[in-house]
Amino acid sequence: MTAVGAGELLATRDLGAYYGTRQAVADVTIAFRRKAVTALIGPSGCGKTTLLRCFNRIHEIGFDARVEGSVLLDGQDIYANDVDPMAIRRRIGMVFQRPNPFPTLSIFDNTVACAPKGLNHQGKMEAAERALRSAALWDEVKDKLRTSPLRLSGGQQQRLCIARAIAAQPEVLLMDEPTASLDPIATAVIEELMSSLCNEFTIVAVTHNMQQAARVSSVTAFMLADETGIGRLIEADATSKLFTKPSDRRTEDYISGRFG
Amino acid sequence: MAQSAFKRRNLARRRIVGGLGVGLALVCAIIGAACLLIILGYVIVQGAGALNRDFLTQLPHPVGVPGGGVGNGILGTFIILGIATAMAVPIGLLTGIYLSLFGRGPIPEALRFLSDVLSGVPSIAIGLFAYAVLVAPFKHFSAFSASFAFMMLMLPLLVRTSEQAIRSVPQTVREGALALGMSNFRATVRIVIPTAMPAIVTALLLAIARVIGETAPLLFTAFGSQFWESNPNRPMAVLALQVFTYAISPYPSWQAQAWGGALLLIGAVFVLSLGARLMLRRAMRGLEA
Repeated sequence: MTAVGAGELLATRDLGAYYGTRQAVADVTIAFRRKAVTALIGPSGCGKTTLLRCFNRIHEIGFDARVEGSVLLDGQDIYANDVDPMAIRRRIGMVFQRPNPFPTLSIFDNTVACAPKGLNHQGKMEAAERALRSAALWDEVKDKLRTSPLRLSGGQQQRLCIARAIAAQPEVLLMDEPTASLDPIATAVIEELMSSLCNEFTIVAVTHNMQQAARVSSVTAFMLADETGIGRLIEADATSKLFTKPSDRRTEDYISGRFG
Repeated sequence: MAQSAFKRRNLARRRIVGGLGVGLALVCAIIGAACLLIILGYVIVQGAGALNRDFLTQLPHPVGVPGGGVGNGILGTFIILGIATAMAVPIGLLTGIYLSLFGRGPIPEALRFLSDVLSGVPSIAIGLFAYAVLVAPFKHFSAFSASFAFMMLMLPLLVRTSEQAIRSVPQTVREGALALGMSNFRATVRIVIPTAMPAIVTALLLAIARVIGETAPLLFTAFGSQFWESNPNRPMAVLALQVFTYAISPYPSWQAQAWGGALLLIGAVFVLSLGARLMLRRAMRGLEA
C-alpha cells in the first residue's frame, strides 16, 4: 500500500464516514498519486462513493452525515476548523454518476458557472473554450454555446460537466462512476478523456467496472464491506500489479469474479 | 364438469361486478363534469349578452339609466390582486425556500402546521381580521386592507407549493452547484430556484385564481365604489363585489350585469388555470432531462 508521504497532493488518515449512527466507511488511509488516475473499485455498497464524497466535503451536506479522521490536501487537513468547505471544493472538482448540467443555464454559462472570478466576457469566453477543448466537447458545441445543455446527448452532457469542473481550475478531479449512465461509445470517449486529463489533474475515479479500472487507472484501490456493512480499504497498488498479483485473498476473489 | 361450470359462473359474476364498478365510476364522472358544464353553460348564456366594450370600460350607471359597465371593478381587481401578489410572493417564496432548505426541526414543522391551519381558515374570518387591523383603527375602508386579506389567503398556498417546487429539483443539481464551490445561498438562488421557477409560477397563478373570485373578505375591506379609484388607501370597486351587489339587487338590468361579471371571473380563472397547466408542462420538461 502506498504510504502517506508529504509529496502527495491528496491523502487520507484513518478516515471514517457516518450517516447518523451508521458507519459506512472506516479506517481508510491512502495517498493518491499526483497527476495520475486512481480507480476505486469494489462491490455495491462497499462505501467507495461515500469515501469519494468525503474528499471534497460534499458528504457532510447530507442530513446527519459526519466524517472522522482527516483528509490532507497538500498536507493541510481539509476538515480542520478554520477550513472553508467552499474553498476546498474549488480546489477539488467533482463529476457525478449522472450528468447534472444546470438545466436553466446555457452551455456557455454552465461551463463558466464557477470559473475564476473577475473575468470579463472575453476572459470567460477563453476560459470556456479552454475547458470545453480539454473536455473534448468544443467542436460539438462551439456553434450552440447559448443553447440549453438539455438538448445534448448523455455523453455530451457528462463532458460538459467535466468542462464545468475543470473550468474552476481545480487540482484534483473526483469522478463518481462517470460512465455509469452512458453507452459504450460515450464511455470510451470519457475514458480517453480521463487518460488525457491526468496529465493536468490528480484524478480519483469510482468505478463499478473492473475493465474500466484496468484501462484508465495507474493505481487501483479495492474496497470491501466487512460483515457489519462497514466499508474498508483492502489494498491499493499499481493497477497492473493489483489485477495480476493481488496481495490480499479477497481482492483476488473479487477480480476473478468469485463474488460482487 | 361441475367444477368448470362453477368456475364459469364465478367468472361471469366477477365480470358483472367489475362492469358495475366501472359503470358507476363513469356515471359519477359524468355527473361531476356535467355539473361544471351546466354552470359554465348557464353563466355563458346569461352573461354573454352583457359583455360588450362599454361593460368592460365604463363606470356603473345608476338604476334606470341603461348601459354602464364594471370598468372600475376590473381596474380595482387588478390593483388589489397586484398589491396582494407583491406582498405574498416575497413572503411566501422566502418561507418556501426556508422550509425546503432547513425543513427539519420544530420551527419548520410549526411553520408548516400554521400554514395548513391558515389555508383552512374561512375567508370571511380573514376578512374580519383585516377589518379589525386595517379598517377599524383608521375609520375608513380601503383597497389595501382587501389586498392584505388576499395576501393571507394566498400565503399558505404559496408557501407549500414553492417548498414542494424547490424540493422537486433533483438533489444532483444542487450537489453539482455545491461541488463547484458555490455557497448554499448562491446555489439556491442561481441554480435551484431558476430550475423550480416554472413550478413556482404555476403555484402563483393558481393562488391568484384561488382569490380572484373571493367576495366575502371584500365586504368589509375594499367595500366597493361607484367611481374610478386607484388610491389603495380608499374604498375601491372590485368585480367580485359588483357581482354580489348586482345579483341581489331587484333590477333586471343589474342582474344581467351580475351574470356578465360572473362570466368575466370564470374566464379569468379559466385563463389562469390554463396558464398554470402550460407552465407545469414546461416545468416537467425541464426536470426530466
